[in-house]
Amino acid sequence: MDISSSNPEAAVSFSNLGHAYVPDTWIFRRYHASVRKGEIFAILGPNGRGKTTLLKILLGAIQPCEGTLQIDGDVAFVPQLFQVSFDFSCLDMVLMGRARKVGLFTKPKASDLNAASAALERLGIAHFAELPFHQLSGGQRQLVIFARAIAAEADILVLDEPTSALDLQNQQQVLRWIYALSRQDGLTVLMTTHHPHHALAVADQALLMLGCDRFDIGPAKHVLTKEALSALYNVTMARARFQHRDRSMETLVPVFEACPDRTQLLETRGVSEVNSTIM
Amino acid sequence: MSDVLSTQSRGSLHARFLLSRTSSGLLLLALMLAGLCIASLGLGRYAISVQTIIRIIGALVWPGEQLQPAWTANEWVVVAHFRLPRVIVAAISGMGLGLSGAVLQGLFRNPLVGPNIVGVSQGAAFGGVLSILLGAGALGIVSGAVLGGLFALTICFILASASGSGILTLVLTGLVVSAFFGAAVGVVQYLADPENQLPNIVYWLLGSFASADWSAVLTIMAPFIVATTMLLMMSWRLNLLALDDLDASMLGVNVKRLRWLIIFLVTLIVASQVAVSGGIAWVGLIIPHFARMIFGADHRTLLPASALLGGIYVVAMDDIARTASSQEIPIGLLTALVGTPIFAWLIHKNRNRGWRSE
Repeated sequence: MDISSSNPEAAVSFSNLGHAYVPDTWIFRRYHASVRKGEIFAILGPNGRGKTTLLKILLGAIQPCEGTLQIDGDVAFVPQLFQVSFDFSCLDMVLMGRARKVGLFTKPKASDLNAASAALERLGIAHFAELPFHQLSGGQRQLVIFARAIAAEADILVLDEPTSALDLQNQQQVLRWIYALSRQDGLTVLMTTHHPHHALAVADQALLMLGCDRFDIGPAKHVLTKEALSALYNVTMARARFQHRDRSMETLVPVFEACPDRTQLLETRGVSEVNSTIM
Repeated sequence: MSDVLSTQSRGSLHARFLLSRTSSGLLLLALMLAGLCIASLGLGRYAISVQTIIRIIGALVWPGEQLQPAWTANEWVVVAHFRLPRVIVAAISGMGLGLSGAVLQGLFRNPLVGPNIVGVSQGAAFGGVLSILLGAGALGIVSGAVLGGLFALTICFILASASGSGILTLVLTGLVVSAFFGAAVGVVQYLADPENQLPNIVYWLLGSFASADWSAVLTIMAPFIVATTMLLMMSWRLNLLALDDLDASMLGVNVKRLRWLIIFLVTLIVASQVAVSGGIAWVGLIIPHFARMIFGADHRTLLPASALLGGIYVVAMDDIARTASSQEIPIGLLTALVGTPIFAWLIHKNRNRGWRSE
């Protein structure tokens, strides 16, 4: 796969990227990608493969050990878990997204307050405005932080597992916002996710972190295949095709088995117990 | 805040209501502080009526020929030369301590933080007692305290930067620096002449406004005005420092630079206060809690509220210190005696509100 990293249309591009916390113990190496402006880019990989490290490098929080990274535009970040030390209202939290627009020795103006209110309204959570942030559930907090990123009016949105704390309805809602922000507002979205079907629903490109210096990158539909994901996560994946509103749709779903090998499990118990439970 | 929650928000109308409520609350506190200061000028063994006090202040602000002054010479001396500078120093000390406490608690995301945490109070105390030991005059003690505070801060800064930029590192470094300067103060006390110097040192360390004069007002006023103005201008930025470092830096905040700029400004306030009136414990720790309970966590209102409450608290404590008994009680003892039980109660009552322990 050869993707030019000098694409002027690229919002984010990196080449030969690698990082090791301990010398010569590479988390990943020789990664490259080019994300065009307005594109949705999903990063998938098992736990511990370095998704968070890659994200931190893209955010500039970690200096990569090798490789080059180019970012064109302001970045807004939505972290996965969110703690705040003091009892701020949700409107106060969203207003913090305006930090780049507010000078060191000045305070937010009416226009900043309007942008914050508009962001809450856009996500349908205007009624959260005066509620204390820490009284919200994890999913509700994620929505508020999402609103904060919108209020920031950044060019690039980086989301760390944006759907992880959400129920099904809010997962769909967040995916729709991500899509709308990319297509209507022209934002570039980089997101990590553990849900291939989420990436398939919205992502233009996907990066699959297979191993230290092995990765696959390309259009989400080409990269996120049943075979690749089954091998990567060691979980049976099934392709589901169905008709929905006169459209033919397709997605991948994991098939979870509670017990990998039923006979083996049963043998470890007494035989009589096997009879009583199986019959 | 429960009434605010139950009424829910209705857009900007509600925000405007909150805003007006906040500003009228601050205005009320400012009027209370001003009233208390004027009343305090009349308090003492030599009682003076409010009317006379206002006339004397009027004459001080607009000096002119008074053919028939409406006050006695004694009243003029007591108000203009003793009580007025004392009340001003007490008010500014309290405002500075309340404000610095609120700033440091926000900065360290920890409600148990006070001006002593970054070693500033102890450094300033060391600078002050060393100056007393070396036989310096009032100006020398003041400069010694400011230099000591900045010296402690610099050491804290170097140690903390060398071992990482996390909050915990900074708190632990502050602890080490405080302990070191605490021991250094002990060494100075050990070396001091027990007949003349030691009583001065002990009395200075306990803290007192008894020695406040117009030069003390100048000493504490100049750094206070500069640092407070800058901190109040940056108050909204302090909200951002309550986020974690990565998150705040992603919002475009230069966390490290902002943190040290704020610590430097707080040092100016605290060191000049220590230089003028010695260590006054617990004000910077408990006052911001009350302010946060009344006005919420937003630093835009928390900082002025903490400053005003701190001023009211310290002026009131000083009134008690000089009128409760025939001999003056050191104010540092009084604030510690009152402050510690209040703080214990606050920890118990407030464990799930206003700040989070996680």
